[in-house]
Amino acid sequence: MKKLASVLLSALMVASLAACGTATDAGTPATDGGETTVTEGAEGSVLNIYCWNEEFKSRLEDHYPGYEKIDATSGKIGDVTVKFTITPSDDNAYQNKLDETLPGNAQAAADDRIDIFLVEADYALKYTGAEPAVALDVKGDLGLTDADLANQYQYTKDVVTANGVLRGVSWQGCPGVMIYRRDMAKEVFGSEDPADIAPLFDSWEKFNEAAGKLKEAGYTITCSANDTYRVYSNNVTSKWVEDGKINIDKNIEKWVEDSKALVDAGETNTYDLWGDEWNAGFMNDGKVFCYFGPAWLINFCMAADQDGSVAHDGGWAAVEGPQGFNWGGTWICGAQGSDNPTLVADIMKQLTCTESVMTDIVKKDSDFVNNKPAMEAAAKDDSYAFPILGGQNPLAMFCAGADKISMANISNYDQGCTEEFQNAMKNYFDGHYTYEEALDAFYKAVGEKYPELAQ
Amino acid sequence: MSDKKYKHKQKSAVVSYNRWGYLFLVPFFAVYFVFQLIPLFTTIYNSFFENYRSGLTQIGPNFVGLRNYTTILTNGDLINYSKNTLIMWIIGFIPQIIISLLLAAWFTDPSLRLKGQRFFKTVIYLPNLIMASAFSMLFFTLFSDNGPVNSILIQLGFLSKPFTFMSNVTAVRCLVGFMNFVMWFGNTTILLMAGMMGIDQSLYEAAEIDGATATEIFWKITLPILRPILVYVLITSLIGGLQMFDVPQILTNGTGDPARTSMTLIMYLNKHLFSKNFGMGGALSVFLFIITGILSMIVFRISYAGEIK
Repeated sequence: MKKLASVLLSALMVASLAACGTATDAGTPATDGGETTVTEGAEGSVLNIYCWNEEFKSRLEDHYPGYEKIDATSGKIGDVTVKFTITPSDDNAYQNKLDETLPGNAQAAADDRIDIFLVEADYALKYTGAEPAVALDVKGDLGLTDADLANQYQYTKDVVTANGVLRGVSWQGCPGVMIYRRDMAKEVFGSEDPADIAPLFDSWEKFNEAAGKLKEAGYTITCSANDTYRVYSNNVTSKWVEDGKINIDKNIEKWVEDSKALVDAGETNTYDLWGDEWNAGFMNDGKVFCYFGPAWLINFCMAADQDGSVAHDGGWAAVEGPQGFNWGGTWICGAQGSDNPTLVADIMKQLTCTESVMTDIVKKDSDFVNNKPAMEAAAKDDSYAFPILGGQNPLAMFCAGADKISMANISNYDQGCTEEFQNAMKNYFDGHYTYEEALDAFYKAVGEKYPELAQ
Repeated sequence: MSDKKYKHKQKSAVVSYNRWGYLFLVPFFAVYFVFQLIPLFTTIYNSFFENYRSGLTQIGPNFVGLRNYTTILTNGDLINYSKNTLIMWIIGFIPQIIISLLLAAWFTDPSLRLKGQRFFKTVIYLPNLIMASAFSMLFFTLFSDNGPVNSILIQLGFLSKPFTFMSNVTAVRCLVGFMNFVMWFGNTTILLMAGMMGIDQSLYEAAEIDGATATEIFWKITLPILRPILVYVLITSLIGGLQMFDVPQILTNGTGDPARTSMTLIMYLNKHLFSKNFGMGGALSVFLFIITGILSMIVFRISYAGEIK
């Protein structure tokens, strides 16, 4: 009983702290009936969080009010012990772990129950759309209101909405831009100014045309055909699987067509993203004109801390590019069967709805946070300029991109389909398959991953 | 009478030793039963069911009879991937057996008096101690488009632009074969040496006195007597080859590219594990079991025939 009281007290304390940050209602979010499976009343003493890397842990450590770090994988919020279970995503290990534990979560011992798990866009629907549900309804079960969520970008909600129910939230948005090299732009197009370059790349036709000019100067427009894949695939009008049948969207077909032409002309290659060749393009002696990516790619992946990299000397610049897209992002889901719903709801609220916390995240971690007014204000503030982009502030572009992204067409099968489609098409680009053979190989590979789609 | 009594005593002593023998065998059989025999039968049992996961939903198990088998036989995959596996095994095995025979002959030849034998025997065995996955990661890096091999070839003027090893069918298969060769030739050498050292020295002496040359001795004495060991090496290597997985899996990142021409049977089996498709995986395993069983029968027959001769 003592324990219960202290948990409730600390939850209240935390919730009232939240009130300092926002003008929103600060009471403990009440779970309002319905068919919730959360344990009401008594809340557990252990908050279990399943994730695949350190990112969320450091956000919680740095920005959640009242969080005390104990050691590398645990902490304390009031009397509740926070335990992180980190399983890397390699070889599907993270999802396998979730698959094992989530369905029986409500029956597990109280201290072992998962309370929060994180998901990525590529497979979010697998968990948010599961029947019976494994993720808590953010509004119905956890009590976040539309007013709380009003400042979040619509697409970040679309990713975790299944059958009209929102089952996750994210503190970050990952809209991407086209990041090009200033020196090459000056050499080939006569200007390095984003204002002059943007019109040259505002459609795929112009993009492909520019590739020819870059080729004459000895450069490839992108490092790999896969660089542009997300840009096309985030602008589809149909899903990978419609009515139980594999479906290839027109924009994906356009990617194949455009990329094949680029590869055949020697204007791009078929390397794997993240490989040595891909990373080589970040260096001064690289031959790659542009990359597509969000803020985290610019800040953390372009070798800015390394001598001799383009980023080190601020040699990149950003333009919106042919189409808006999203790359990455982490969504927080509450697990069905959680014994800490109040705390889960408060963590979601603090990290994804409280503007002051989110502004802190922008300042400390260079995330593009999921808060429209905050980001739009930052876009006008020169102190947010990126040194890697030669002092350009790309946030306005990110904001514009985030508004345009549509993630309404995600399906359960995105991860496997994307992976196998890129694989099969790589063989087509390299000339090992005809287009028809590549499609057959794709259908076969998807059938192996998802037997119900086997033809 | 007393003689009979003695015999009886002796017999009982043997029985009691046997009992100890059985006791010592228990751990092996217990482990074998739990980790080999039961899984073997459950695999066969599973192969008759439709049983997989779609997202978080478990489909099946539903009894489907021989459908998994007919699917595997009719879609051509089994033959295709068996062919890949065999090709890559042959590419690795031929140099392996030649080099191993040569090294074993040299190491066991007393007239050569090779110095530092112990050192070289250790060195040739060393590659086998490296994890296959680490080894293929190394090769992946070495032979990547921007890798050291390409830059050396370009700097020496052999190539004008990088050769894409990883998207060339022959190159990938040869790399896999080469890695298996490097990893296993030491092991084969030691097996063959054991065989060669078992050959009666007097045969060699007699041959030398009769004026046989070293080549004649090798072809007419060493090889024929070594035959059972050679067959053993061949078949065990073939069975190991059928199970080829880690090297091509890591080298091609699980894709078996280009165009799945380097996908082996076990890599294909592994593909079914993504959806925990125990039915199809089971059926494929049963085929592998049958093939391996036949091969083992052959080695048993041949080595047994060699012994009774």
